[in-house]
Amino acid sequence: MRLGMARALIAAQRDARAVVLFTPLDGGLQRLLDAEGLTLLALTDPGLATAGREALRSDRTHVYNEQVLVTPHNPPQRLIIVGAVHISEALCSMALAAGYAVTVIDPRSAFLRPERFPGVTLVNEWPQQAFAALQPDARTAVVLLTHDPKIDDPALLAVLPTPAFYVGALGSTRTHARRLERLAEAGVDEAGRTRIRGPAGLSIGARTPAEIAISVLAQMTQALRQEGGARGSAS
Amino acid sequence: MKRIVGRPALSYNCAMSTGQTGETDLLAIALRWREAGQRAAIATVVSTWGSAPRPAGSLLVCNDAGQFAGSVSGGCVEVAVIEAAAEVMRTGAPTLLEYGVSDEQAFGVGLACGGRIRVYVEALE
Repeated sequence: MRLGMARALIAAQRDARAVVLFTPLDGGLQRLLDAEGLTLLALTDPGLATAGREALRSDRTHVYNEQVLVTPHNPPQRLIIVGAVHISEALCSMALAAGYAVTVIDPRSAFLRPERFPGVTLVNEWPQQAFAALQPDARTAVVLLTHDPKIDDPALLAVLPTPAFYVGALGSTRTHARRLERLAEAGVDEAGRTRIRGPAGLSIGARTPAEIAISVLAQMTQALRQEGGARGSAS
Repeated sequence: MKRIVGRPALSYNCAMSTGQTGETDLLAIALRWREAGQRAAIATVVSTWGSAPRPAGSLLVCNDAGQFAGSVSGGCVEVAVIEAAAEVMRTGAPTLLEYGVSDEQAFGVGLACGGRIRVYVEALE
């Protein structure tokens, strides 16, 4: 690989642009293309362009025609957490290790201390404003951890219309039942209400903040890898 | 007790990544080696059959000082790949490697899981 291509790949990842790397297995020249480049490629080699788009969509590397290694480089999956609470600290560090770009939203600035969340983007706003700017896509997971209806409910109303692959909300079964009633009154239909994983996390008997973070990250992984959530950003 | 004789002590060292181990982070590590005046190589899993531990697209990067980061298997063939990469760094010519089921020798190169993998090794230059 040329040095310039490695730099271009790293820049694309940093700028959250999806690109595909084509590597001829006979040692020929590599190509790095974004969506626009794929459109141009389709004019001369439609089969290869389709292979590139398919790689981005499925987020999987494959060999085209036994000749060219097609490697997608999608932007990292995002995790947006609402609530800078104790569990958020554990979930942030675990999600970073799993390769997510992590954002924490909390309107309460007392909670949102940078030293608690190294490597995390902090947004000191109410969820409605924050989500309008962040725009969750199909590679985004959203986890609500405040179990304060003042903060969680507006967040859910903002997130449910988006294609986020995972929407989880912390709180006991009773808390969640009351939440669903409030959302129904606010006009959220059943399809929207059943999208919410509540109480968030796989049932593994988690008790400590770190254990709860494990159960939530495990459920996010399940949604991403087993339930077809792993959709790329290819158009 | 029968002793299993393996390879001699290896002079390779797993380099510290910066906490994240995404494939682009590994490219950034290789780029830093180059910028520090070292040679570097990139090994990419091309295809897998059976129960290979790392999917296609997984990367291992290494330099001519014996440091490496990332993985192409569960630790089974990394040393063989790094040895092949030394040749690739010297000549600049990429190569396609294939590894299958492990042989009888306990520490021989091969995948204990019974899978097969192909790995493309290229210099970063």
